[in-house]
This record gives sequence, C-alpha cells and structure tokens, in this order.
Amino acid sequence: MTDIHLAEQAPEAGFGDYVQLLKPRVMSLVVFTAAVGLLAAPVSMHPFVAATAILFIALGAGASGALNMWWDADIDAVMQRTRDRPVPAGRIAPDEALALGLALSGIAVVMLGLAANWVAAGLLAFTIFFYAVVYTMWLKRTTPQNIVIGGAAGAFPPMIGWAAATGGISLEPALMFALIFMWTPPHFWALALFMKDDYANAGVPMLTVTHGRRATRAHVLAYTLALAPLAVGIGFTAIGGWVYLAVAVALNLWFIRGAVAIWRRDEAAAETDRYAVEKRFFGFSLSYLFLHFGALLVEAALRAQGWGAWG
Amino acid sequence: MKLRPLHEIHTRRFGRNLGVGLVLALFVALVFGLTVVKVTSIGPMPAFDHVVRPELLPQGGE
Repeated sequence: MTDIHLAEQAPEAGFGDYVQLLKPRVMSLVVFTAAVGLLAAPVSMHPFVAATAILFIALGAGASGALNMWWDADIDAVMQRTRDRPVPAGRIAPDEALALGLALSGIAVVMLGLAANWVAAGLLAFTIFFYAVVYTMWLKRTTPQNIVIGGAAGAFPPMIGWAAATGGISLEPALMFALIFMWTPPHFWALALFMKDDYANAGVPMLTVTHGRRATRAHVLAYTLALAPLAVGIGFTAIGGWVYLAVAVALNLWFIRGAVAIWRRDEAAAETDRYAVEKRFFGFSLSYLFLHFGALLVEAALRAQGWGAWG
Repeated sequence: MKLRPLHEIHTRRFGRNLGVGLVLALFVALVFGLTVVKVTSIGPMPAFDHVVRPELLPQGGE
C-alpha cells in the first residue's frame, strides 16, 4: 500500500511534458526557416515529400533539444527561466530524456534520408551533434563565446531545407545560415542583459558574467553592425528581390538603432526603466528574423509566378 | 469486492497513451503517404513477372 501511495505522490509526466522536452518554440522557428530554405530553392519538391522533410528536420531539432535538457538538467534547475522544465522539475527522468533524444535523432535522420536525400540527412545529423555535443556538452560551460559558436546549430535548418530540395548546398543557403548565425549573439546577449543573475547563478560563462555588461553592450552593437550588410546583401542574390531589399533595409536600420541605444546606456539607466530598451530589442529581434525569412518566402512566391526581380 | 475492469492507471495515463497512439498513427500514415508518392512519381514500370519483354527477344525473328 505504501508503494501505491508513493506512486500517487510522485509527479507524473503527461504527454505535454514530452512535447515540452522537444522545445516546441524552437521547433516552430526551425519549421519556418527550414520551409523557407526548401521553398526558396530552385528545385521544386512534391508537396507531401516537402512537408515530410520539414517535419523530420523539426523532429531532429526537437531531439537535440531533449538531449540538451538531459545534459543541462543541473543548471536548468538553478535558472529561474528553466527550472520548470520536465527534467529539473522531476516529471521526466534524465535517462528517459536521453533515450527519447537519441531515438528521435535516429528516426529523424533516417526518415529525412529516405524522404529527401542523404545530403540533407547528413547535415541534420551534424546539426544534432553540433547542438548536443559541441554546444551543450562542450562550449556552453567553458567559453563566453558559447552563444556565437552554438548559434551555428540554430542556423543550419534553412540549409538543410535547401539541401532536401536540391541535394546540395550553394551560396544562397550559406547566406541564410550566416544571417541566423550573426543574428543569434545580439539576440541572446540582449536576453542575458535583462535576465541578470540567472546565468551567473548557474555558472554559465555568459559574456555578461565574464566580460561585464559594458562589454556585452559593445558586442551587441558590433554584431548588429556586422549583421546588417549581410542581411541586406542577400537581397542581391538569386533568392532576393525588391520586396526583400525593402524589408531588410528597414529592419536593419531599426535593429542598428536599437543596438546603438543599448550601447549608449549604462546600468543605472537600464535599472531605472527595468531594462525596457533591452527587452524591446530582444522582442524586436524575433520579428527581425521572422520578417527576413518571410520576405524570402514572398520572393519565392513571386519567382514562382514569373515575377522574379533578377530574372 | 467490486471488480474494476479499468485500473486507475488507465484513466491517469489516458492522455499520454492517446498522444502516443496518435503520434504512431501519424507516423504510419506518413510512411504510407511517402511510399505512395515515391512509387507513383517514378513513372510507369514494366512488370517483369510473366510478361513478355520485347527488348529481350532475339533480333531478326531468330
């Protein structure tokens, strides 16, 4: 009877907890960017195969999220933002998260290979390895550049989508990769600026902890300035056009303005308005990426109608 | 004692079991759909069993 009583006391995982293990918000971004990579490619795919390929790219991303939660359960338990995740909250055992992550990784890679091609599957396997091993296990706890190099993992999906359609990679998917890669540091460092003590408490060497907040503000500006020509430059490639160029110029001017505002502030000013500028910049950074890829999608639709800007 | 055909764990885990069931059903449907698309997209194929294949007949009616 005691055992039954204990079983009732223990928190039990529902289906939603397993879904949460796959980081559905990250997956939604992966679905979108992979879909744009696939649809912007000059080779058309059967819609069902395309949808399946995107689904398995997202599943691979989810699997790497589960592996991340398995490895990071100790620091997730310390940070306010992550302490209610299924593993640190005790609803899912770490071994279960590891098993689910490994199993789903295998399923996603093999199914993407069968549905699309093995170049895309190989890229997905590398992405999972990069996020779970290179970023989560190695860089995240050892270097303040963790976000910069780890951002590559999040930048691969459009490239995988492109490879799923074409069977290879070229300049355009490399530029889409570079766009997300360069966007990631200012996005996360803005978050680190107003999630003040979370990373320090967890012992994660974020730039705010190792080099101070002044240096982080300067880094946000530097990366934003480097990002702008890259983002606008995509407009002059085969996947760009006038719509994309107009959107990119407007968004990057706005983004640089936000980064300059962050750079010019000191901590006293930020404390006064409770990091309003940093929070606004972080919120806008999400729209920034979404609208750039949305514009690429519009250009792809225009090209399909024969209205491509560059012939 | 009253016989309970449905154990408490069945009701407690109903949502989880239903979710897993739906995911598996979706996976089967995906594999089936992929098979149909792949097979139909490769175009007509000669049936090799019990069918005369003209390209294998000796030339010149020998």
